[in-house]
Amino acid sequence: MPPLPFPPTVPLSWYLILSAILFTLGVAGFLFRRNIITVFMSIELMLNAVNLSFITFSYKLKQVDGHIFSFFVMVVAAAEAAVGLAIILTVFKNRQTLEIDELSSLKN
Amino acid sequence: MQLWLIPILPLAGFVLNGVLGRRLSKSAVNAIAAGSVLLSFLWVLKTLSALSVFGGGNPLETPYVEHYYTWIQSGLLNISIDFAVDRLTAVMLLIVTGVGFLIHVYAVGYMAHEGGYYRFFAYLNLFMFFMLVLVLGANFLLLFVGWEGVGLCSYLLIGFYFHEKFATDAGNKAFIVNRIGDFGFSLAVFLIAKQFGSLDFATVFGQVKDLPVEATAGVITAISLLLLLGATGKSAQIPLYVWLPDAMAGPTPVSALIHAATMVTAGVYMIARSSQIFLHSAFALDIVALVGLTTAFFAATIGLAQNDIKKVFAYSTVSQLGYMFLGLGTGAFSAGIFHLMTHAFFKALLFLGAGSVIHALSGEQDLRKMGGLRNYTPITFWTLMCAGVAIAGVPPFSGFYSKDAILSAAYQHAPWMYWVGVFTAGMTAFYVFRALFLCFFGEYRGQHAEHGEHGRDEHGQSQPHESPPVMWIPLAILAVLSLAGGYINIPRWLEPMFKPVEEAPGTEWTVYVSVAAGLIGIALAYLFYIVAPGLPESIARTFSGPYRWIYNKYFVDEFYDSTVVNPVVDGSRTLLWRTVDARVIDGAVNGIGKDARGIGGFLKLAQSGSIRSYAAWVVLGSILVIAFIGLMGGAR
Repeated sequence: MPPLPFPPTVPLSWYLILSAILFTLGVAGFLFRRNIITVFMSIELMLNAVNLSFITFSYKLKQVDGHIFSFFVMVVAAAEAAVGLAIILTVFKNRQTLEIDELSSLKN
Repeated sequence: MQLWLIPILPLAGFVLNGVLGRRLSKSAVNAIAAGSVLLSFLWVLKTLSALSVFGGGNPLETPYVEHYYTWIQSGLLNISIDFAVDRLTAVMLLIVTGVGFLIHVYAVGYMAHEGGYYRFFAYLNLFMFFMLVLVLGANFLLLFVGWEGVGLCSYLLIGFYFHEKFATDAGNKAFIVNRIGDFGFSLAVFLIAKQFGSLDFATVFGQVKDLPVEATAGVITAISLLLLLGATGKSAQIPLYVWLPDAMAGPTPVSALIHAATMVTAGVYMIARSSQIFLHSAFALDIVALVGLTTAFFAATIGLAQNDIKKVFAYSTVSQLGYMFLGLGTGAFSAGIFHLMTHAFFKALLFLGAGSVIHALSGEQDLRKMGGLRNYTPITFWTLMCAGVAIAGVPPFSGFYSKDAILSAAYQHAPWMYWVGVFTAGMTAFYVFRALFLCFFGEYRGQHAEHGEHGRDEHGQSQPHESPPVMWIPLAILAVLSLAGGYINIPRWLEPMFKPVEEAPGTEWTVYVSVAAGLIGIALAYLFYIVAPGLPESIARTFSGPYRWIYNKYFVDEFYDSTVVNPVVDGSRTLLWRTVDARVIDGAVNGIGKDARGIGGFLKLAQSGSIRSYAAWVVLGSILVIAFIGLMGGAR
């Protein structure tokens, strides 16, 4: 059988590199976007990047802990999304804006 | 035997009158107040007859104790709610409930026209409760509870006319002066607990009895002297007697019940109760005798020149309490208790009689504005005369027996004490009869109209008038007791508890001398105030120096003001308030607040308000944490 043009399984590092790229994208979005909803989505992105590396290590180490952790993260993320979106809605109702730089009433 | 019923009944009266009294009619308040004390008195009689006190034989050789429950248990110290009756308690119970009931009845008449009627009787019942706890308690802590309680009621009742500044001041004075004594008493209780590991009378006295005199003599003396300090506060002895004359600001039944018959004798009772401790410290006993004798003498001299009828009797009370202390100090504990009992009879009578006179004159207390009242108030006159001969020590009336017992014990102890005591007895007879003669003989010196403005009794009557039966019947009963009380042989009754002082042979003459002193006192009073009414004036003028000292009570109040009260007040004001409180404490509190604001002002610069800068900080922080962990060699 001729050797396959690619390794039989995707190597571990690829998953981790993907996770790192997603996390960095999330951080960048978190830092540089101005719309609160986008910022919020960036946070979700970071969470899921972490989930990915959890699953990767869980698969590699043949241990179930990583799965459990990622489920936890998902549950928390869902709850956080509910609360966060509610807050965002209220903010928009009161301020008619989602520009993050204009929401600075806590200054000083 | 249900001893607890004895104090609980007046307490129930207090609760009923205190809670519902405002809505009850006067007769209901009367019935509750006097009735609860009467029931208590009857229960005392029943209890004592069940203990076969009134029969023959030898009852109550050992105390009868009832245990209710453990109050405090801490380490080895175990304090219970125990009531005990022994021979001493039996005497006290009869005095407190018996005389107390008579005074309650009297107060129904005396207070009839006063405001705050139910409040007065509620306090009076509360006082009865605490006084009974005091005499029934079987350990020092319970005694202390009653001790503090009667002090509280004394304060409340002295300041009963609380809209008058002098009454509230007098109440404060009584309370604060008593605080000094109570401080000593509580220290003594602590020392007893430390030394004997118990506060039970039976345990403590049992241990003391077995101690050789030399052992722990210092501690025993300290305990005795601290107990004595407590007693000087409560029983108005030098140096803490100053509150009692001022305490006459209260209603007269209060003066009779609390400041003559019962509460002020608590100190005497306490020392007699602790006689085992005192007997182990000859020094402390000497101090007790000296304090008593000095107080008896000086209070009597002050009593010579007072013009307020209640003040005369107040100084007389201080002086008679001094006699009791003299008896205790010379080892004649039973004589002290004997005098306590007879004094309760005749001094309560004197005060109630004075109250009757004041009532008759619609609030007048100045002896100089009385006179000739024997025609207007014959019953008061005759009963007060009974009290007078009793206190003057005329045989065969009650004061003669008890005073003679004390004086003969004093003679055994030290003859000079006897002579001072006899001289004091002469002065006692003089000032009591001076008051009585000024009050009842001669011409009426008051104004016949317009008595109303003195204000406490509004009758609309301008003539002096005899009191109603509800007032004079207690007077009559007390008069009988004052005359015949000497036949109740207290020293014989208390013999199992206190070793009697044997009368040395060849000292019978001491009796005649003391009787003679009393009679001379009466005769001098008769001479000064009936035969030659101008004489006292001229004597006062001749000896104007000493007279001024006595008239102003030796300036003791002024002396205390300048040496104790003012330094304490000024020290509190300048040092404690202006310096410690305003500078140190307030400064620390305000300074902490100011610092917190300063630090916050610096830190708030970090709060830019821009969410993205916060995010940047978060990222930076996590990078730093990760870098730190990496530098430290990874998570492992």
